[in-house]
Amino acid sequence: MFDFTKVTNWIDALLLSFLPGWAATLVECVLVALVIITLYAVFAIILIYMERKICAFFQCRLGPNRVGKWGSIQVLADVLKMLTKEIIDMKNVDRLLHKMAPFLVIVASMLTFACLPWNKGAGVIDFNIGIFFFLAAGSIGVVGILLAGWSSNNKYALIGAMRSGAQIISYEVSIGLVMLTMIVLTGTMSFSEICQQQADLGWNIFRGHIPAALAFIVYLIAGNAECNRGPFDMPEAESELTAGYHVEYSGMHFGFYYLAEYLNLFICAGIASTIFLGGWAPLHIWGLDGFNHVMDYIPGAVWMVGKTFFVVFLLMWIRWTFPRLRIDQLLALEWKYLMPLSLVLLVVMALCVSLGLTF
Amino acid sequence: MTLDNIKTLEPAQLRQEMEGLKAKGFDFLSNLIGMDWGKEGGLGVVYCVENTNTHEQQWLKTATADREQPVLPTVSDLWDIANIYEREAYDFYGIIFAGHPDMRRIFLREDWVGYPMRKDDKPEENNPLRMDNEPLADDTTEYSVAADGTVTTKKNTIFGPDDYVVNIGPQHPSTHGVLHFRVALEGEIIRKIDPVLGYIHRGVEKLNESYTYPQTLALTDRLDYLAAMQSRHALCMCIEKAMGIEVSERVQVVRTILDELQRIDSHILFFSCLCQDMGATTAFLYGFRDREKILDIFEETCGGRLIINYNTIGGLMADIHPNFQKRVKEFIPYMRKNIKEYHAIFTGNVIFQNRSKGIGPLTKEQAISFGCTGGTGRATGWANDVRKNHPYAAYDKVDFNQVLRENGDSFDRYMIRLDEILESLNIIEQLIDNIPEGNYKEKTKPIIKVPEGTYYQAVESSRGEFGVFLESKGDKSPYRLHYRSTGLPLVAAMDTACRGFKIADFVTIGGTMDYIVPDIDR
Repeated sequence: MFDFTKVTNWIDALLLSFLPGWAATLVECVLVALVIITLYAVFAIILIYMERKICAFFQCRLGPNRVGKWGSIQVLADVLKMLTKEIIDMKNVDRLLHKMAPFLVIVASMLTFACLPWNKGAGVIDFNIGIFFFLAAGSIGVVGILLAGWSSNNKYALIGAMRSGAQIISYEVSIGLVMLTMIVLTGTMSFSEICQQQADLGWNIFRGHIPAALAFIVYLIAGNAECNRGPFDMPEAESELTAGYHVEYSGMHFGFYYLAEYLNLFICAGIASTIFLGGWAPLHIWGLDGFNHVMDYIPGAVWMVGKTFFVVFLLMWIRWTFPRLRIDQLLALEWKYLMPLSLVLLVVMALCVSLGLTF
Repeated sequence: MTLDNIKTLEPAQLRQEMEGLKAKGFDFLSNLIGMDWGKEGGLGVVYCVENTNTHEQQWLKTATADREQPVLPTVSDLWDIANIYEREAYDFYGIIFAGHPDMRRIFLREDWVGYPMRKDDKPEENNPLRMDNEPLADDTTEYSVAADGTVTTKKNTIFGPDDYVVNIGPQHPSTHGVLHFRVALEGEIIRKIDPVLGYIHRGVEKLNESYTYPQTLALTDRLDYLAAMQSRHALCMCIEKAMGIEVSERVQVVRTILDELQRIDSHILFFSCLCQDMGATTAFLYGFRDREKILDIFEETCGGRLIINYNTIGGLMADIHPNFQKRVKEFIPYMRKNIKEYHAIFTGNVIFQNRSKGIGPLTKEQAISFGCTGGTGRATGWANDVRKNHPYAAYDKVDFNQVLRENGDSFDRYMIRLDEILESLNIIEQLIDNIPEGNYKEKTKPIIKVPEGTYYQAVESSRGEFGVFLESKGDKSPYRLHYRSTGLPLVAAMDTACRGFKIADFVTIGGTMDYIVPDIDR
């Protein structure tokens, strides 16, 4: 398995050879930030194209097929359009909060994006309380959404923001509990260690068998709700609230919400693949050494991105099949079913681990 | 049919007679039509009440000679729908209904001067193009007549200062057009709804008074664009019966088939839009895929897809296309198969069932009192199908069921439409192989003049009873041509159906009520 620390160490040594320590660290930070922002944009474009194509095929349509071969540069054209659009200054809004809100959302999204372990040794934010940090950074986003609704001075936006606040905060409970369940299994909160464990011992969803598989399903539902995506897209609910909290945004400020929505989907799927499906760990089947050896040749980043896109596909499938829930049904689903279930899962997992019933 | 038995009443007798009729079981007020019979006849109203058990209709009229302040007694406490019909008569004719709790204009701007449907009104002179926004009052006026004949007014509040009022519309995706609801909310719960109508009011009834009869046909397709075939059928039939033209069997059968195709088209679009409103965009496109087939059939035979322009006085514009029978026969099994797909992706979905069962119920009494005909009424158990109750065209020759359900909630309103698609397919199947030979059009005179008299013809349009009321003085244009809107009663019932439900349910209820805005505004 290729270890990415060789690359990072080489760059580090190269920079240190002609720069003082603090300057080398600064340059490295800028480099990493550039890489993360580029990846962020590239994945956003891939995801938007993927969503449009997949949804088209679900709906017996063709999807974008005019700009470029198979409409492949349609999204680039859309991005250009979005970048050149005017950001309209609204009267009677709270200027500061109105302008700050999209940045809060995008910053939260990028911070969590940086938590993903791309390969062995290629995690940007990676320390012993990684999952905890991920949850904390992810919660900043809801502040951005609430501020957007409040500062827009629009009734639709306010209702959308309130719904969103109630929804995200509720579902974070489930996400936290499910992650806790998996931490009980792994015994660590560091993303790199979780992945390393799975590379050595097998994917968590197999190691934790029944409770882990159920936790995976709970995570998918709650994660979908966290991303404000259908069937949980109540905050936007275009047929009720026109566009919900971002109804008063235009140009790139709206674009930030749009980007963050897609990337949150990717991040949600990425975390699912990290803590349940092994992250960058290749698929190993016990007893088939030849097969395992071939699998090891596939780079970790490919495994990671591949698994993530698989989960993204699952989430898109759900989105394009189900109608939207109502806000009270959505909260009932969380507080009456998902949260008790995840509490039970936590206990069951703890019992399994203490009795040695995991693999 | 010719209305030669309209009972004429003095305004003073009206209340007593109406209360008597209501007590005798005439619980459905199908029409309330404002009229201007000139200087001698005065301003008045034509009423049509129907007994929902025996389907017997009673036509009445009343008038007052006072053109300065015409006052008639209200019947809005007897039939809920009279509330909105009387506002329409007030708006267009300036007839004040004493005792009506909400005497506001309904279609025109609140600052409109004059009453445009009066024969002596000059709307263009009194109403220059206004550049300011339309004022919307939060309170309304109630008129009452004292014993000595003086008229007093009283203020009623629509929305108080503490109400959190959200505008849904006129630009809103779930109102399916430029319809405006002012909704008072308490959190997410709806407390009151006040519909604001008239954003696409085109004055079709006023225009008709200056058009010749063939010209009036063109406007019917533009009322309820998903019932274009049936609306035009109604007007053609009304004029044909008034003039004594017998259309051939062939025309009757082709009209029936096309009416049913139009009904399927409308119900598919109903399904699609409901799915879209509830966030199931995939099911939305399933519907559009199938509707395309019907539109292709229309295009081949009629030339039009949405505005079809096929019926004409005395028959059809052209004979059916040679491919027509083949394509319709291909469509029947195709649609039966795809209905199963609809049920699989949407009807059975637990989210949809939870969002529609028990949501926005109307009782049978409410549906009748509001005059909610069509699928919305049949979902409550009210057998109101004009095709059964007053058969026309070839409907008495075919065997079909009137689909009825019990609960009257959103789910029943939804299921009614999907089941009616199957019934319509059955009707088409019985007729498509037996289209008799004959003329596709009877010869008519170059200038069509309808003999003097009053005529009414109702058809079952895609969303209820569509009626054409025609009063002729023997000229080449109608003296008064009124359409019974299918959507207006549905909008009027929205307040009753939505109260106490959530704002997300408003979308479901509005979607399952299935109103079409151009038909409401006319």
